[in-house]
Amino acid sequence: MSEHESFGPDLAEVFGPSQSDGGPDLVQLLTPEGERVHHPEFDHDFSAEELRGLYRDMVLTRRIDVEATALQRHGELGIWAQLLGQEAAQIGAGRALRPQDYVFPTYREHGVAYCKGVDPLRLLGLFRGVDQGGWDPNENNFGLYTIVIGAQTLHATGYAMGMQRDGVVGTGDPDRDSAVIAHFGDGASSQGDVNEAFIFAASYNAPVVFFCQNNQWAISEPIERQTRIPLYQRALGFGFPGIRVDGNDVLATYAVTKAALQRAREGNGPSFVEAYTYRMGAHTTTDDPTRYRLNDELEHWKLKDPIERLKVYLRRNGLVDQEFFDDLDAEAKELGHHLREGCKALPDPKPLDQFGYVFSEMTDEIAAQRDEFAAYLASFEGSH
Amino acid sequence: MSTNQKITLAKGLNMGLRKAMEDDDKVLLMGEDVGKLGGVFRITDGLQKDFGEDRVIDSPLAESGIVGTAVGMALRGYRPVIEIQFDGFVYPAYDQIVCQVAKYTYRSQGKVKMPIVIRIPFGGGIGAVEHHSESPEAQFAHTPGLKVVACSNPVDGYWMIQQAIAHDDPVIFLEPKRQYHADKAELDETATPEPLFTSRVVRAGTDATVLAYGPTVKTALKAAEAAATEGRHLEVIDLRTLSPLDMGPVLESVRRTGRCVVTHEAHVNLGMGAELAARITEHCFYSLEAPVLRVGAFDMPYPPSRIEEEYLPDLDRVLDAVDRTFAY
Repeated sequence: MSEHESFGPDLAEVFGPSQSDGGPDLVQLLTPEGERVHHPEFDHDFSAEELRGLYRDMVLTRRIDVEATALQRHGELGIWAQLLGQEAAQIGAGRALRPQDYVFPTYREHGVAYCKGVDPLRLLGLFRGVDQGGWDPNENNFGLYTIVIGAQTLHATGYAMGMQRDGVVGTGDPDRDSAVIAHFGDGASSQGDVNEAFIFAASYNAPVVFFCQNNQWAISEPIERQTRIPLYQRALGFGFPGIRVDGNDVLATYAVTKAALQRAREGNGPSFVEAYTYRMGAHTTTDDPTRYRLNDELEHWKLKDPIERLKVYLRRNGLVDQEFFDDLDAEAKELGHHLREGCKALPDPKPLDQFGYVFSEMTDEIAAQRDEFAAYLASFEGSH
Repeated sequence: MSTNQKITLAKGLNMGLRKAMEDDDKVLLMGEDVGKLGGVFRITDGLQKDFGEDRVIDSPLAESGIVGTAVGMALRGYRPVIEIQFDGFVYPAYDQIVCQVAKYTYRSQGKVKMPIVIRIPFGGGIGAVEHHSESPEAQFAHTPGLKVVACSNPVDGYWMIQQAIAHDDPVIFLEPKRQYHADKAELDETATPEPLFTSRVVRAGTDATVLAYGPTVKTALKAAEAAATEGRHLEVIDLRTLSPLDMGPVLESVRRTGRCVVTHEAHVNLGMGAELAARITEHCFYSLEAPVLRVGAFDMPYPPSRIEEEYLPDLDRVLDAVDRTFAY
């Protein structure tokens, strides 16, 4: 850090140590100890049913992640992008969406996909290598996973501009007013496309929420390598509000995202939500976090586990009984079974079918290549 | 209404865009300066006035942003037509074009269409500074999922832009910028146009075939005229479509003439000429009297404009290549 000392504030002063609590502007409704706190701007009166629902969603989302990670270890998936630790950020954001809202995800939004009604099994195809997104994006208003970092923030902005032209923004009709949410990570905030998306969204007042899960690490690069100021403060420079929310607090994430989406739906333009969280696993199953970060950091963040804190709150306030946990456990097991069996049964794509997807209609050129390849394959039949 | 008027390529494109916007209210124009100014080449002149700022969108100066937001627009059911101001400015948008625009249909197993037209004024000869005279067609023709076409004359400009916009796949639409205001041609708006993605014989001949597209079509036609005075009858084919290539007329012609010269403004190394030579060799090997020769730009960056005429393939270099094919 010494090379920065003569320029502006000390980085440690800006960010705090990496075990930081997120700083004074962090919106929080539930502390890591499971205590309900209130916020003057972003409070929400959660019913017991809502709270149980959010807990259930996080538990099932973690199960999806754990099962998929295990499937990768068993060789059933080529790779998996884990979300361990980010359940609250995703479920809070996902549950704030209305059916007409559209999601543009990166490749780690398994919890948001689940909220949008995408069968978790469908997510595995990309990682198994049988497809590149096995769901119809327009069926659930959940876009295909995007591997190129930040590219989807522009798609989200353009889609939001389309919504403006379709007259589904600021009508006052809650069933009609719509918004878009673009998910990305702290690493993506360095990409040109993300910054261009901010400019387009601001310039056209597009109904889009930029939802950054700052999980502190872009593969092995720490947040300090992406920015010298807290990310949410960047929004101001683009001309729209930025909010930092405790991404391990599902109540706060829900309340803040809901407000940001509502602002967009009403025609008041974009906003930026920085969900301050931590990726407890690896970036993907191919990397080894012990090479680039200290175990102390992980241990510290384990104390902030998004599921545990809500569990404490639910128990302490008598909102759950043992039957609830037993039922949820059974449901999680069933989900695990669905993923294990379903994954192995995912059919490999047929090589000849793939020629048909390059364009909306087959061209003569590609048809000729397909036919030639089909004849070549056929030449092996009966040869052994 | 208006029939059989004499128009420039710029006018043809402008009329074609207007017609497409009238026919389908999902068609949007996006790009830098396309609104009030009417584009730096005035191709979109008057369209914002008539169709409004929501359909003719002046964009921030960010090419990746223009293409990336167009992807979102297309996903929402619109048909964006993007203007990239100059060929050399398309590179900041290259990632969005080759990774997103080109692959969305494939990635979604055909569930999503990408009806985006990316208009690029391309080629040199206008005395511009660097980055304003490039010929990047091979980069896009090499990308599966993109269709690449190049118009060469006002009538094609009028029809091809409408056909590209109506097409459900992404089309890189190359416009020879030095032809925009150069020559006029008579347009019959009631005529039946040539289908998109077809090549066309624009001058019949018997002795050698010259393949060209965009700005070099004019050069090739001049060369054919000059050769005719010496008793050599060159057949000139305007390729019009670079991906997919329409090889039918090309192969038929080369089988008859036995000789072929390809000319383009882009670099010769790994350019369209290389692909054409390979395909012709594969399909016309026994008809060829000489190897397929290429006349294009040297493999160096576009030079300062004071010497661009030495760099661009001209009539003499095409004729020289024709001479060489007859020397075999």
